[in-house]
Amino acid sequence: MRRLAWFHVCWFTALAVPVSAFAQTAEGVYIAPRNEWGQPDLRGVWNFSSNTPLERPARYADQEFLSDDDVARIRAEALDDIARSDGNSSQGGVGGYNQFWIEGLPLEENRRTSLIIDPPNGRMPARVQGAPVAFGGLGPDIEGERPVRFTVGGIGKDGPEDRGLSERCLLGFNSVPPFMPSMYNNNVQLFQNADHFVIFNEMIHEARIVPLDGRPHLPGDVAQWTGDSRGYWDGDTLVVETRNFTDKTQSFRGTGISKNMHLIERFTRVADDEVHYVFTVNDPQAFVAPVTVLVPMHKTQDELYEYACHEGNYGMVNILRGARVEEGSWVDSNGN
Amino acid sequence: MHNSLLKPLLVTALCALCGTSALAQSADIPRTPDGRPDFNGIWQALGTAHWDLQTHASRPGPVVEMGALAAIPGGMGVVQGGMIPYRPEALRTKLENQADWLARDPIVKCYLPGVPRATYLPFPFQIFQAPDTTLITYEFAGADRLVYMDQPDFASQVDSWMGHNIGHWEGDTLVITVTAQMPDTWFDSAGNWHSSQLVVEERYTLMGANHIQYEATITDPEVYTEPWTISMPLYRRLDPGMQLIEFKCVEYVEELLYGQYRKPVAE
Repeated sequence: MRRLAWFHVCWFTALAVPVSAFAQTAEGVYIAPRNEWGQPDLRGVWNFSSNTPLERPARYADQEFLSDDDVARIRAEALDDIARSDGNSSQGGVGGYNQFWIEGLPLEENRRTSLIIDPPNGRMPARVQGAPVAFGGLGPDIEGERPVRFTVGGIGKDGPEDRGLSERCLLGFNSVPPFMPSMYNNNVQLFQNADHFVIFNEMIHEARIVPLDGRPHLPGDVAQWTGDSRGYWDGDTLVVETRNFTDKTQSFRGTGISKNMHLIERFTRVADDEVHYVFTVNDPQAFVAPVTVLVPMHKTQDELYEYACHEGNYGMVNILRGARVEEGSWVDSNGN
Repeated sequence: MHNSLLKPLLVTALCALCGTSALAQSADIPRTPDGRPDFNGIWQALGTAHWDLQTHASRPGPVVEMGALAAIPGGMGVVQGGMIPYRPEALRTKLENQADWLARDPIVKCYLPGVPRATYLPFPFQIFQAPDTTLITYEFAGADRLVYMDQPDFASQVDSWMGHNIGHWEGDTLVITVTAQMPDTWFDSAGNWHSSQLVVEERYTLMGANHIQYEATITDPEVYTEPWTISMPLYRRLDPGMQLIEFKCVEYVEELLYGQYRKPVAE
């Protein structure tokens, strides 16, 4: 789901709404509507776009929420940015994506100073010494070795395995469990029936099926890219526990190996149009403490589109063939 | 035993007489809280329709090392009336496809299989039913369909591999009309193909707690002289603890698709 000119429209919509409309929903007061099985109804399409930083900027120290003054200043800075922008590339130069693609604003403003809510300082816990760390990106390839566990960018162009997982269409850059706000397609549709829950990320059409019937996890040696999820109700919150990840993805934030991760996700409907997605990454081999992130998700009436990544992956062919041409080893069908 | 065997047979016989759309409301099937037939669960087709929709003999497989394991079994076919009514020029394309199927069959490349092929691939699929939007998710390539119920005027905005799926009920039969499919999918590994004009009307009818009678009527005036229909039972996977196991086949076709672009190994 990508909205034409969504970016600019929403900037000004958000700017126009009075601050008082952004008051935090008081959790515990709202009672979610029930579905036909009597469960809190989480179904629908939810957008998890965000411009809240994962980690709390140092200037806020112990401040958990933005003040009215902070909001005013951020809006002024945003307007300045818009005024300065040529509206074209988000990376400078030609770039990979122009503003048409960018979906970085939430449907409602989040006044938290960071998405991380634990540790309480809003910052990532320290890495465990020796834990693998690698950040890809849209820039030049980075140094590294296979397996490439990050999603965007690569370590080289010798073969497809040198590229990030989203460039290979194996995992979406914003839908790897846990899913995180990113540049675009920040949409998830939730489904429920009597004994299952489904987390369907638009990116790479990733339907993660969560049995709620108390069955045991798959045997430990059966690994899956998106792990093996089990869920249960904790009051009105649906809790999903996932393990059995492969050794081919990271735990979180460029760090670790997901094989060691135990992921806990909590879905709570806090308003008719809002679900709180709170996840905790537990990987003692990557971080000295668990990290918990709260992503507010807002209901949208739009529908998901089919993200047929692999079927249209001309990028992979062009990346590899371009590298062969550049190094002079390419032989075309005419023998040239 | 007599009851459990006879009832589906009786219903089948009734169907043959009066058409599935007039199927009597059956009391013996699971139902959702809102009284609809309950299709929630994991289902799978048995048979060889994925190799060839039409009646076919067995034949050798394409992988020498896999011997009998990869040989292609014969089958009775699932096309009502036996033959797909191709236009003459379209039949030529089908035969060319069939002769070169390994190179041309889109699912060899792990592409999304389209409808109806996803239904009868030898992989399970799971239905999550809801009054407004039903999800059907398939183990093969993690294909998914969002089925929008009772929105007949909801038009497709863009073509897709798994199509634009609009559902409604005809009595106890779930009817899904699928349009806007990419022309790139096939129906089987025998080269049976369609154009972008394809319209598929699927009919799912519960015949008991554990099986569905599945029908799909294929309309594509560019390729066929008239609509044609396939039908087959779908079976509930009753295996204890059954769940779909991830099958991200992209990883398994990278060498096939991109191997020719690898950096040559220095000699």
